[in-house]
Amino acid sequence: MKFSKSVIGGVTLASASALVLVGCSSTGSDDEATNSAAPAGDAIIKTNGSEPENPLIPTMTNETGGGKILDAIFAGLVYYDATGAPHNEVAESIETEDSQTFTVKLKDGWTFTDGTPVQAHNFVDAWNYGANLDNAHANSYFFEPIEGFSWDEGVEEMSGLTVVDDLTFTITLKQPQSDFPLSLGYSAFYPLPDSAFEDMEAFGKAPVGNGPYTLASADDWKHDVQIDLAVNDSYVGERVPQNDGLSIVFYATPDAAYADLLANNVDVIDTIPDSAFETFEADLGDRAVNQPAAIFQSFTIPQDLEHFSGEEGALRRAAISMSIDRQLITDTIFQGTRTPASDFTSPVIDGWSDSIPGSEVLDYNPEKAVELWAEADAISEWDGTFQIGYNADGGHAGWVDPVTDQIKNTLGIDALGNPFATFGDFREQVSNRTIGTAFRTGWQADYPSLFNFLGPIYGTGAGSNDGDYSSTEFDDLLKAGSAEADTAKANEIFQQAQEILFTDLPAIPLWYSNVTGGYAETVDNVQFDWHSVPLFYEITKN
Amino acid sequence: MLMYVVRRLLQAVPVVIGTTFLIYFMVFSMPGDPILAMFGDKTPSPALYDQLAAQYHLDQPFLVQYGLYMKDLFTGNLGTTFSGESVGAVLSRTFPVTLKLASMAIAIEFCVAVVLGLFAGLRKGKFFDNLTLVIGLIMLSVPIFVLCFLAQYFIAIKWGWASPTVGADTSFSNMLLPAIVLAASLFTTSMRLMRGTVIDTRSRDFVRTAYAKGLPGRRVIPVHVLRNSLIPVVTNSAANFGVLMVGATVTEGIFNVPGVGNTLYQAIIRGEGPTVVSFVTVMVLAYVAINILVDLLYAVLDPRIRYA
Repeated sequence: MKFSKSVIGGVTLASASALVLVGCSSTGSDDEATNSAAPAGDAIIKTNGSEPENPLIPTMTNETGGGKILDAIFAGLVYYDATGAPHNEVAESIETEDSQTFTVKLKDGWTFTDGTPVQAHNFVDAWNYGANLDNAHANSYFFEPIEGFSWDEGVEEMSGLTVVDDLTFTITLKQPQSDFPLSLGYSAFYPLPDSAFEDMEAFGKAPVGNGPYTLASADDWKHDVQIDLAVNDSYVGERVPQNDGLSIVFYATPDAAYADLLANNVDVIDTIPDSAFETFEADLGDRAVNQPAAIFQSFTIPQDLEHFSGEEGALRRAAISMSIDRQLITDTIFQGTRTPASDFTSPVIDGWSDSIPGSEVLDYNPEKAVELWAEADAISEWDGTFQIGYNADGGHAGWVDPVTDQIKNTLGIDALGNPFATFGDFREQVSNRTIGTAFRTGWQADYPSLFNFLGPIYGTGAGSNDGDYSSTEFDDLLKAGSAEADTAKANEIFQQAQEILFTDLPAIPLWYSNVTGGYAETVDNVQFDWHSVPLFYEITKN
Repeated sequence: MLMYVVRRLLQAVPVVIGTTFLIYFMVFSMPGDPILAMFGDKTPSPALYDQLAAQYHLDQPFLVQYGLYMKDLFTGNLGTTFSGESVGAVLSRTFPVTLKLASMAIAIEFCVAVVLGLFAGLRKGKFFDNLTLVIGLIMLSVPIFVLCFLAQYFIAIKWGWASPTVGADTSFSNMLLPAIVLAASLFTTSMRLMRGTVIDTRSRDFVRTAYAKGLPGRRVIPVHVLRNSLIPVVTNSAANFGVLMVGATVTEGIFNVPGVGNTLYQAIIRGEGPTVVSFVTVMVLAYVAINILVDLLYAVLDPRIRYA
């Protein structure tokens, strides 16, 4: 009896260890498979990322996790260097006389990794597919300026795109837009090989591109874990990889990525966790990166909010702006990882200026603030509480509370944060216009242009104009700037447009987010580009 | 025995249906619009919004969405994530990882608890007994994320004995650190149970009889005391195993383990109804299965328990 019992006991233990063994063997075989598919050479750059939230199709990807991968495996008409200046990549030339019709000539000799040539129709077909409402691609709004684009019905082929010959096509816009060629480096404008259209779903799992890197096999994308990109030997552009490949590891939290960086387990990361803001520059020394990025943070006061329209509103908006000590908050709360705003765009964008007339309203000036508030009170007595809505899942309470405290202390009014549990909940209230308070807003540029910070947010009826701001004077200047072919002159006009924003203050500018990152002792030549991503192709391993 | 297993399995059916309904309802009534969240601070055009809502059935009322989901579930289709991967594939990728981590953690927890508990029980009231009590209480009361960060910082970063994160390499050695941390946070209860039962068992008649008939301590302790003290510890460790299978979200997040907890957390953040419900359904099944197994283990360890 005793004997048999211990045997059974042994069986239970054995089955428990069998569970362990099963776990081992199944992952063990995975590892073998990936090792064989790994790129040759051992100078593989490891960096942080996140699992793409969409299939890897350029026109569907509107978040950074997938965007980082697409930028590595595709090449568009132009690419941006570290300063955001565009350089022709697949394009030989992009010419226009009226900023409305553009003739694009392609370089000869480009191929996709499946061997097919990159031709004019590869661009036109990809854009038409992405723009078609029936396909519901998230980036379709990029094609909105093109003639024939429609939000009302599915359009198979936009009338504004014409293939002239294998290496030439023309783009006709609905109206002149001088910065349109600047936007062509964004991932939505990448070409697609013919094979993509045979089975788009399969393509999204194993994309075939023409960029400096390539996804050699669908197995190299280990979902939720990492993606391994090999160097594309058939790439003929200027972004020539100085390493043997790229391994983008998907981290659940920035803290995990930072821990790996400290242990030299990952080569370069582009996000420093909040918890390390105080220490990362000491930890990493000159390997720490902390520079302004193309991200603008503000809070928007809806135009129809009580006490905030008309002359009274203008006074109150200016008073609130002047009662915030931005420098103090960026220094103490953000440990210098934000830069106080001096306009509505970003310092990394060509044409940015910190001395636009009217920008004094962003300086901390409590006496003037109290004075303006009293003037507004003379028009109509203030009542109630000033609130700033935000999503509680994004770490915003840390700055909303001090900002509202400063407003409260300077103006002597009640001011509070108005948290929403999730980002989705918050955006729903904002886009349904049911939020009923001021709310936090932010903008990350899609392409390095002043217009991209102004038109989509403050233009009358624009897609992200969540405060319903409308000014004909401002709209006219935007239009004039867009029609101006000379970039310097156009930027001057856009700065004039910002003067109007400084008077009306549809949103109160707060600060520019910095890109915070760092790299390990294992790599050199790390440079972060204008939209906060390291230029991976330049990185060398030592 | 067989009848008992069948009855227990049948009981699981309403449990599974009930949980899927509840979870689906909770995900559905979560505040926030997943489609708007997909676009960040930018607002999608209304036409595009409607297209996407129709694609994920988000424009349908709750009961219709639930019905569509259950219909798919019974035809073996667990739905797709927003990135176009089938939820079945995500499950079969993440569960083995969590299973492995949980098995490792429980194996460590069980061994540590049995050994420490046994010696503490044999030296009741002595220094070793008190020492294990203090260490155990500290491990039990320190929140798991503190243990995780301390282990990660000192063992992995400062001393370089292990990799700070797991990532793609889910080998035994790479997962050892998170497994040890999980075990450290769990072993106290099992250890104290072990100690208590050892003390209790030692005073039993059959132990006295064994000594009386001249058996040496090295035979009485392992054969009579240890074996008969294992039952509550096995139950407790098995229950812990069930909890770990449901995913140690915090630990998996900090050590970047590509397991169930981590993936489920991301799905909840994105508001991916089908992914969340499918994960929870499989978790419920796993939990029910482990509990049946535990009940059967009783019969193995204690012959007085019989299932008709």
